[in-house]
Amino acid sequence: MSWITAKRRHPAASYALVGLALVIIGLGYAVLTSSGSASASPQAAANAAQIAEGHTLFEQTCSSCHGVFAQGETGVAPSLIGVGAAAADFQLTTGRMPATALSAENERKPPKFDPAQIAAIDAFIESLGGGPPVPTAAQVNPAAGNYGLGQQLFEANCAACHNFVGAGGALTDGKFAPSLTQSTPRQIYEAMLTGPEAMPVFNDMVVTPQEKRDIIAFVTEVRSQPNPGGLSLGRIGPVTEGLVAFLGLLLFLVLAALWITAKHGKAHE
Amino acid sequence: MSNTNPQGPGDAGWPEYLTGGGSSHGADQPGGPAAPRRVIGTPPPSAARTMLPDRGHDGPAPPPRELPADPDDPRRAKKAELLVAACFILAMLAGFGFLVAYGTIGVGTIVKVQHSNWALGGTLGLALLLLGVGATLWVRHLMPTVELTENRHPMKSEPKDIEAFKETFEEGAETSQFVKRPLVRRSLIAATIPLAVAPLFLLRDLGPLPGDSLDTTVWRKGLRLLIYGTGRPITPAEFSSPGSLVSVGPEGYLDDDDAMAKAAVIIIKFRPGQISFTAANYPVPGKTVENWTVDNIVAYSKVCTHLGCPAALYDQVTHHILCPCHQSTFDATEGARVTFGPATRPLPQLPIGVDSQGYLIATGPFNQPVGPSFWERG
Repeated sequence: MSWITAKRRHPAASYALVGLALVIIGLGYAVLTSSGSASASPQAAANAAQIAEGHTLFEQTCSSCHGVFAQGETGVAPSLIGVGAAAADFQLTTGRMPATALSAENERKPPKFDPAQIAAIDAFIESLGGGPPVPTAAQVNPAAGNYGLGQQLFEANCAACHNFVGAGGALTDGKFAPSLTQSTPRQIYEAMLTGPEAMPVFNDMVVTPQEKRDIIAFVTEVRSQPNPGGLSLGRIGPVTEGLVAFLGLLLFLVLAALWITAKHGKAHE
Repeated sequence: MSNTNPQGPGDAGWPEYLTGGGSSHGADQPGGPAAPRRVIGTPPPSAARTMLPDRGHDGPAPPPRELPADPDDPRRAKKAELLVAACFILAMLAGFGFLVAYGTIGVGTIVKVQHSNWALGGTLGLALLLLGVGATLWVRHLMPTVELTENRHPMKSEPKDIEAFKETFEEGAETSQFVKRPLVRRSLIAATIPLAVAPLFLLRDLGPLPGDSLDTTVWRKGLRLLIYGTGRPITPAEFSSPGSLVSVGPEGYLDDDDAMAKAAVIIIKFRPGQISFTAANYPVPGKTVENWTVDNIVAYSKVCTHLGCPAALYDQVTHHILCPCHQSTFDATEGARVTFGPATRPLPQLPIGVDSQGYLIATGPFNQPVGPSFWERG
């Protein structure tokens, strides 16, 4: 150390110090930037890997109907180019796709893929040509919605098919509007955004994201409302049971009338 | 008692079956041959008595029936008696329960009302049911079961009665001077005329005539289409996703339920080339449909032309608008032509355009009256 103390008053010492500082900063910058680019490339690689996994799953499971290029086939399955990740996510998480058969309406069933696989297929579909993305958790949070306003929008635009509390209902040609009692907020949002099957589309400019949250808040809130139960015909009430009870009592009255007027005649003939 | 002729005004020819004359009701006749008169509620004086003996004057008489005084089996009868009494006592208890329930439960809250309804209905129903069951058991096990035949007689009065009535009527007409004094008679008739016509005047209170209210709605040129529920106007650029549908109403009337009942509209967005109606094939003849749509957006009445239900079930794949009430189906691409169901006319279409700010507006009223048929419309 004595040589530093000896030379620190040297005229070249300040230059050497500045030079050393520049070298250290330069090296540090090089290390930091290289580590930054190093962390970005695994992300891109993971994204590409996800799309590739999605592509593989698509070819294995979906391409038989939708075509190897997702171009669709007339009369069998629609093109998936540009439908967006939201549409794919809705169909896959509700278990409607992959469909078991060509039918008027695909029913909700447990999903075939796990969430990671679904995300992979979503990414693959999105890579084909954009379309609406999967909504974020904040976008579909029912707690952020006003279910009073949601009820107005639901009654004007949704209740015609889905019933006033989302119990579902029949359409033409064997189609039906499904019950919304099991739908997750994300699925409700995706359905409005993409209009699966016969359902009309409600894009974000017609029904804004906030209004979609309001509708989600209504659909989820109404599930917790008191339900008289029974075969309630979509929350109308236990009318079916009332009819059965009415017919049963009618039968009882007929039997009572028979008993009153029956001849017994054993004791007094 | 003779009953061959009327003896005077007080006995003006009553038929004998009403005066109880002749040999009828022989059982009740004092000094009759069958039995002494019986007071209701007392046991019969003898072991058996005769019911409905020979009436004597119409047809062969049914043979007298023997009516047993007591049931055959006293032990069974005793059991039945206890059963009937038990029913009546339980009915009494249920009746007291009704009174107690009324006094104690109260109707302060909705839950209390519910409990009160159950308790009152249950106790009253039980009391009446037990009364009925007790009475039926009484009839079936204690009272004798013997078939009785009650003879009926012609409804027509006998000639002598008809003659007597005629005489009385004519005498009344004569003595009242109704025939002799036409002034009285005619003024009486005149007095009743306005009263007879009065109900026709009351018909006016059934309400004003509908006028043209069935033919028109509040839609007129220049009114914006506002999204029902949020009240926002909408541009074709926003309503841009093919397959979209939204319920709209006229600007300024969204909160007017009377107006909205007729003015509710759905707008639907199609892909280019899907709309297939033209003036030539439009389902309502004689209508020009030039420039009725904007950018493949079509507006139809939401009120079904069958019975007025909201027809808003839209299938974006088949472009069918379905009414949930009776399954009337309209093809939205063909001017809402009826393709199925009981509706006989297409949904009325609202001509639309855009205003200077780019929002969708109506460019005129509906092309035909909305909703179900009415007689002037045919």
